[in-house]
Amino acid sequence: MFDFLTFIPRAIMQGIPLLYGSTGETLTEKSGNLNLGIPGIMYVGAISGVIGAFFYESSVSPETFNGLLAVLITLLATLLGSLLMGLLYCFLTVTLRANQNVTGLAMTTFGVGFGNFFGGSLIKLSGNSMPYLALTNTSLAFQTKLPSADTTGWFGQLFLSYGFLAYLAVILSLIAAYVLKRTRIGLHLRAVGENPATADAAGISVNRYKYAATCIGSMIAGLGGLYYVMDYAGGIWSNNAFGDRGWLAIALVIFTIWRPNLGIISSFLFGGLYILHMYIPTGTNLAIKELYKMAPYVVTIIVLIISSIRNKRENQPPASLGLSYFREER
Amino acid sequence: MANKTREPLVHISRRSTLPWYQSWGIRACALILSLGVCALVTMFTTGENPLSVFGAIYDASFSSQRRTWVLLQNIAMLLSVSLAVVPAFKMRFWNLGGEGQMLAGALATTACMICLRDAFPNGALIPVMIVCSIAAGALWGFVPAFFKAKWGTNETLFTLMMNYIAIQLVSFFIIVWEMPKGAGQIGIINQSTEIGWLPPVAGQKYLLNIIVVAVLTVFMFIYMKYSKHGYEISVVGESVRTARYVGIKVEKVIIRTMVLSGALCGLTGLLLVSGTDHTLTTTITGGRGFTAVMVAWLAKFNPIWMILTSFLLVFLDKGAGDISTKFGLNKSFSDILTGIILFFIIGSEFFINYRISFRHSAKKEETEHV
Repeated sequence: MFDFLTFIPRAIMQGIPLLYGSTGETLTEKSGNLNLGIPGIMYVGAISGVIGAFFYESSVSPETFNGLLAVLITLLATLLGSLLMGLLYCFLTVTLRANQNVTGLAMTTFGVGFGNFFGGSLIKLSGNSMPYLALTNTSLAFQTKLPSADTTGWFGQLFLSYGFLAYLAVILSLIAAYVLKRTRIGLHLRAVGENPATADAAGISVNRYKYAATCIGSMIAGLGGLYYVMDYAGGIWSNNAFGDRGWLAIALVIFTIWRPNLGIISSFLFGGLYILHMYIPTGTNLAIKELYKMAPYVVTIIVLIISSIRNKRENQPPASLGLSYFREER
Repeated sequence: MANKTREPLVHISRRSTLPWYQSWGIRACALILSLGVCALVTMFTTGENPLSVFGAIYDASFSSQRRTWVLLQNIAMLLSVSLAVVPAFKMRFWNLGGEGQMLAGALATTACMICLRDAFPNGALIPVMIVCSIAAGALWGFVPAFFKAKWGTNETLFTLMMNYIAIQLVSFFIIVWEMPKGAGQIGIINQSTEIGWLPPVAGQKYLLNIIVVAVLTVFMFIYMKYSKHGYEISVVGESVRTARYVGIKVEKVIIRTMVLSGALCGLTGLLLVSGTDHTLTTTITGGRGFTAVMVAWLAKFNPIWMILTSFLLVFLDKGAGDISTKFGLNKSFSDILTGIILFFIIGSEFFINYRISFRHSAKKEETEHV
């Protein structure tokens, strides 16, 4: 019998980093920036948090360890690290109007390298003989569940058994959906992404919106990396463990047709597809597992194709996605 | 002037095309600046003086003959993928699927080497392998191109996803063919018989690869610059509407170009498996499909300049790799250095395309007029 009660919480936990990534990327893309640097930014966010937590943990003794302070320091470090990456991307693509795809790919190379380099250095600093770094105390603070998670049976297991960052992800995507759809700021942002020249003529500061959306988007994506290390992986950083989740987050944006609220359920679905191979009994045939791992990518492609064939106007990407805006060039 | 309007501090305007020596001069400046930053970063992390760092980078590629051959081989492989993706980029079709197309070619090559090793003599097997790898790569390029041409499906993400499908297919077959059972890897294929291995030329293992890529470079240069196809590609890249207006069948050009792009990637896969590693792993491509994007873009899609840019990236990557082992740093150090250099060069394009004039100079003019 397929064990839903353990599968669904695992799928949700697997989906949370994707949800952060896709919420951040949706905001970014709504401003017309196709940020392919998200995978790198998520690495940088994760390692920045790890660096913060590492220095906090090694500077205080276990007795004086303050969980709340550890969480705050880690969060701040993550936000700062990913903000810097977002600023770099904006400076290159908005101010210097560089090609967005190339900049994004360079950021991914840089970010993944940055994460693995400092991860490796910290592992050496910590004197651990194993190729990973364990930040158990900080991680425990991040993993603190809601109070009645263990006493309410299946309900608790399905809905209450996550660390606070998981709920934050859902809340952030709901806020993002609300802001984009219902507020003036969201309207302006969408205008910038659809047609910057028109937005400019209407008195909207295009560059300011692009900068703000991309930087906030990067910070949200960075939190996804942090969630993965601190909550999902139990505070254990090992190089390249985060894998290709950043690319999946970008794919999710398309899957959700640029709607952060749809992102919640779809990211859980993707999380499920991502770990499906562990739950399907295959007996001794290990090779077939590798084919099951294709599932999220195949589903993304199918969605891409279907949404392009149906070609509904409200399901299209922002019209000026991937293009730099220069006022004097129309 | 009575009504004073606030003048912005800087005014940016588009430049007309710079002569080539000026634009490459700006790029060279950016490169030198970025090397300076890299030297600083290396100094902070290793405590070594920058000159000896650069010495180590140089030594990594040129201190022995073997190293130089490895350098040339790596340049050839990177250049080969870059040549493959360049027609697609010129068409503004963002083929990020070089990885997948290479893996498809590599997988087809491996399949031939393993399944047909008893059926054909070596002389007949290699042509079969070439055909299969090209077909597999072309198929991997055709699928996203077909949907792009027919319904405008986003190619960036489609090709990206195709990479992962190829990776999973490869890991599936690695387990199917694993040697010995349970090892999780294929090992060197046909080690004793060397069936399906590309032969060494003049005693050099990699020379054949390098020659093939050199021929490809010339071919691609001519194809892009002097053939009708190349012209159609650049028209479609500049403006799809114009292309339609002058009677170019855009759909056909997209599909044809991507099939070519995929086919060449597939051939690179063959060079990697049969000409270099003689085995198949999921990481055999080494991220070259993504690096190729930078190589092509930095060279402004010109195959001849791409020799230089791929040399630059491979040279730095090898150098940084060497530094990291020498000073006990992490291997990823080279990615950081590559990233820094790319940021600078990407940024430098701005100064090639735009002119910046400051308010200061404008004011001076005004007072002079008065």
